[in-house]
Amino acid sequence: MDTLRVLVCDDETGMRIGVERALRHYSVQVPDVNGEVHFAVEQAESAERALELIDVSPPEILLLDLKLPGMSGIDLLERIGPRHLETLVIMISAYASIDAAVRATKQGAYDFLAKPFTPAELKDTLKEAAEHLILARQAKKLALEKRRVRFEFISVVAHELKAPINAIDGYLKIMATHAAGDDPAVYARMTERCMTRIAGMRKMIEDLLDLTRIESGQKVRELVELDACEVARTAMDTALPSAQARGIALELHAAAPIPMTADRGELEIIFNNLVSNAVKYNRDNGRVDVFVEETAGRVRITVKDTGIGIRQEDVSKLFNDFVRLKNEETKNVLGSGLGLSIVKKLAVTYGGGVSVTSEPGTGSTFTVTLNCAPFATPA
Amino acid sequence: MTEQAKTILLVDDDEDFLFQQKVQLEAIGFRVITAGSKAEALRVIAGSRPDLVIVDLMMEEMDAGFTVCHTVKTKDESIPVIMCTGVVGETGLEFDAVTDEEQAWVKADVLLSKPVRFEQLKREIDRLLAS
Repeated sequence: MDTLRVLVCDDETGMRIGVERALRHYSVQVPDVNGEVHFAVEQAESAERALELIDVSPPEILLLDLKLPGMSGIDLLERIGPRHLETLVIMISAYASIDAAVRATKQGAYDFLAKPFTPAELKDTLKEAAEHLILARQAKKLALEKRRVRFEFISVVAHELKAPINAIDGYLKIMATHAAGDDPAVYARMTERCMTRIAGMRKMIEDLLDLTRIESGQKVRELVELDACEVARTAMDTALPSAQARGIALELHAAAPIPMTADRGELEIIFNNLVSNAVKYNRDNGRVDVFVEETAGRVRITVKDTGIGIRQEDVSKLFNDFVRLKNEETKNVLGSGLGLSIVKKLAVTYGGGVSVTSEPGTGSTFTVTLNCAPFATPA
Repeated sequence: MTEQAKTILLVDDDEDFLFQQKVQLEAIGFRVITAGSKAEALRVIAGSRPDLVIVDLMMEEMDAGFTVCHTVKTKDESIPVIMCTGVVGETGLEFDAVTDEEQAWVKADVLLSKPVRFEQLKREIDRLLAS
């Protein structure tokens, strides 16, 4: 439940009491907000008194008479003007001249209510004001949340880039001071580790660029007619050296060319991520089977590995940014933690999605579905 | 060398940190056993008695290093333990192992912040093994 504070500033006692009574048991249902919104009314008989109250704690809504004995309503608005942007001002007046209305609006008045008004008119006006206030508040909260997510993202990126730099820095210092003895093989291994960590950073930066392009929507899609199987084959060729090094067999199962409309680069990102994961998280001498099928206007890509598998409780985290499942089996596998999150985001833009079934110790099967002609009809 | 080389157990899930400290410690005459996880460290401790243990705090679990410390000290109170951690920089969580009270629950003799300078690590090892 939410309570909005209403300050009614009018020199007529009857008017103030009338407002208080009308709103005492009144509540509003605002869409998208749980519960009702109530009003708590405070009274001020002059602009001077209102100013005192506002200085202590600004109300959410100010019902303000134009004509007041000392300082006028407009003067009050000018006084509080920029300080209390969160207060929504509704002018009440029996004879609102055009000039006064224009001045009040310039000072940020939200609405007018002409005297005399019925309780029903007052309630309608306040209902609208309450909706406006609550929605503005929600928009602000959402903006803050977005900001928080962005900062968290930056902080994770910074951390993920700092780790390899620390490692490389450590190796270089040892090499520079020759602190690891005289065995050249040890130094060769250090150089190799530096290169591996640099490759990891490069991959992370490339993934980050892919991600920002997808999320900002700035990347120009080059839609072409292509064969999904051919893109699968390219990705498998890319993964072949690392697969062969560990005796892992790669096989493509596809009956015929599968035509679809897609951006080649994006489809390559999807295949590359799935196939390279299937190799990375496989066991030595395992296998990776890639299936590409078309049914009812949808391309279905299935990548099946014989690797370490994923525990059921970890599956739901898998497609979020920077998720790397950390355990004894994965600790020496390098990755940015962005690959699957990118695959999912891309699949969604093709009107599809991604899912996984897995058996720890036996293997995982990732399935991506995409529309063959996702951009044929404009949304 | 008349004296037999001292054995150091090095526990960290960061492969590069393990490798870097291992080669440097070996270059100054120590025998080094490495463990890449808490589980591996506990297996080593169950089957042998290292002269000193260097352990990272956050591995499989956030507090895996504490478990390793505790196990070492339960086995033999006299084995010195150095805990290396990035936790102060990463979480802002501050703790140390200087006072008796702190050592009573941290169970480590020295706490070093990562990145660890090897000179500093060596100094602490020499001090702990001399006493």
